[in-house]
Amino acid sequence: MTIAGPQSGSLTGHGAAGGAVQPTGPGPAPPRRSRLGRLWPWFIVALGVVYFVTPLLGTIRLSLRHNKGTWEAWRLMLGNDQMWPAFGQSIVNGLATILVSLLIIVPTAYWVALKMPRLRPLIEFITLLPFVIPGVVLVLALIRLYSAPPLLLTSTYNSTRVVMICAYAALSFPYMYRSVDNGLRSIDVRSLTEAAQSLGAGWPTIVTKVIFPNIRLAILSGALLTFAIVLGELTIALYMAQRTLAPFMADIVRNKPFEAAALTLIAFSVTWLSLGMISYVTNRAGRRT
Amino acid sequence: MTYLTLEGVRKTFGDMVAVSDFNLSVEPGEFVSFLGPSGCGKTTTLRMVGGFEQPTTGRITLAGEDITHARPASRDVGMVFQSYALFPNMTVAENIGFGLKVKNVDKKEIHTRVDELLGLIGLPEKSRAFPFELSGGQQQRVALARALAIQPKVLLLDEPLSALDAKIRDELRNEIKRIQRSLEITTIYVTHDQEEAMALSDRVVVMSEGEMEQVGKPFEIYNYPSTEFVASFVGRLNRVGAAVIDAGLGTVGFDEAVIATGTKIDKPDGSPVDIMLRPEELELNGSSTNRIPGTIETVFFLGSIVRVIVDAGRIPLTVDIFNERLLDMPSVGDAVEVTFPPHACWVLG
Repeated sequence: MTIAGPQSGSLTGHGAAGGAVQPTGPGPAPPRRSRLGRLWPWFIVALGVVYFVTPLLGTIRLSLRHNKGTWEAWRLMLGNDQMWPAFGQSIVNGLATILVSLLIIVPTAYWVALKMPRLRPLIEFITLLPFVIPGVVLVLALIRLYSAPPLLLTSTYNSTRVVMICAYAALSFPYMYRSVDNGLRSIDVRSLTEAAQSLGAGWPTIVTKVIFPNIRLAILSGALLTFAIVLGELTIALYMAQRTLAPFMADIVRNKPFEAAALTLIAFSVTWLSLGMISYVTNRAGRRT
Repeated sequence: MTYLTLEGVRKTFGDMVAVSDFNLSVEPGEFVSFLGPSGCGKTTTLRMVGGFEQPTTGRITLAGEDITHARPASRDVGMVFQSYALFPNMTVAENIGFGLKVKNVDKKEIHTRVDELLGLIGLPEKSRAFPFELSGGQQQRVALARALAIQPKVLLLDEPLSALDAKIRDELRNEIKRIQRSLEITTIYVTHDQEEAMALSDRVVVMSEGEMEQVGKPFEIYNYPSTEFVASFVGRLNRVGAAVIDAGLGTVGFDEAVIATGTKIDKPDGSPVDIMLRPEELELNGSSTNRIPGTIETVFFLGSIVRVIVDAGRIPLTVDIFNERLLDMPSVGDAVEVTFPPHACWVLG
């Protein structure tokens, strides 16, 4: 290769030296939205508020129109000795259902994501079955299956309750599986698992310390949906003769309209309170891990 | 003394052979890279050492212990992943201390060890940060520290730099080498980047389609490739189709040019052969005996080198010239002679 002789090139730059940078003029103004365009989102919000709040206001109004006094319906309901046990049962059923559902769904979804991702569509289909099987069909099938030996599980109130919780867990599968699966898709399950394994962790540690905390929000959303379903479920509870909130409410609605309105509002408040508590506890647990 | 051995290791997935008859002995403190294109079986081999895949046949021993079927958790092997795989719910310190916590190490000792490692990776101020608050390079440093915290017998790195940009990759490559040297830890490194493998490794295992093509020091692999695949995969290569003129003298003919290879050729006169030439061993208008005329077709200025593509009639020849300030840049269209010494020729039958 030929090499050039000595050069006296200067490293000093030329060009724009000393030239002041001229401020550029404002670019084209963004198109202004019309007044209607700006108001449109607010209109949608207002419509939503009206849609959701009007029935509540109507219910409040109805609950205050008892012919024996303004707060009579509320007094009767809060003093009803069947209401709080029904609430208590529904809340316990809800929590038990969440637990059963989590115990089935989390390991299944985790294992499918880790070892058998090709099975995902099949598992999704199976979890969707509760949508296509009517509640009444499900409960009649359960009663038929578990009302005679060798699987006699409906002989007592509490054993029937266990069957009902399992049925609720099945009803929660579509929501719980989707929530958990979405959570698992948002993290690199395989690498996290293998990283933990290479550091000496066993399966319980991996699931509780690595996987579970990272899909906590997904689990929470599935749990909240499950809880709401259980609190409002009527068909299975009715057929299994359970003294939960929904059959109690149905009974009140049939005969006592003002008390039913008050009960609806109490149930609404208690449900929101319970959901808030679940969310609070889960978040605290998540922060500790 | 051999520390890690893989004897006749084979891995199949159904009918597909991912790794075939893999034999390797690694010395304590040695840095060995598995180099090859995607799908060549390098990561599968690494995962078999880590215990994440089970060999179909063969045996793996570590420090005299048969670990072929041992669980990953009981192998004492640290692993660094391409995707970092830091636990998002834990801080940097908690990530690094995770393995020690699992092993029920005393809290005070965990704290001391985490601090040491944070110092080693140059991130002492990030102990309370969460992974999402770190850059890619910082995350990979933490992943390295986490793998080292348990003082593993072998450190496995699965393409740890491939998700990083070029500058960070260079910095972290130096860091990995520095840390590996200072800890004298036996390391297996998987990469498809030949420069990375060459720069880091004591030995390189070049793999193709599940088979070991060549094992050797970077210098040997680059300068004395044992197969055509290694020659073409590691570094750039010019392939000149020629015919043997005198097998005894080692001369071949390419168009009008007579090329001296400097070695006897085990083929009869007149046989077709390929001459392999590294671009950096070629010159433009140099004084070497072998000369192929041509015209400059393209010039790439790449910073430290200038890559020139010369149209030599039947084939394009790539010539790499070291850049320097006084270099007279070659121009497209110039008539030149590509020159090279006989020892630059590698004859392929």
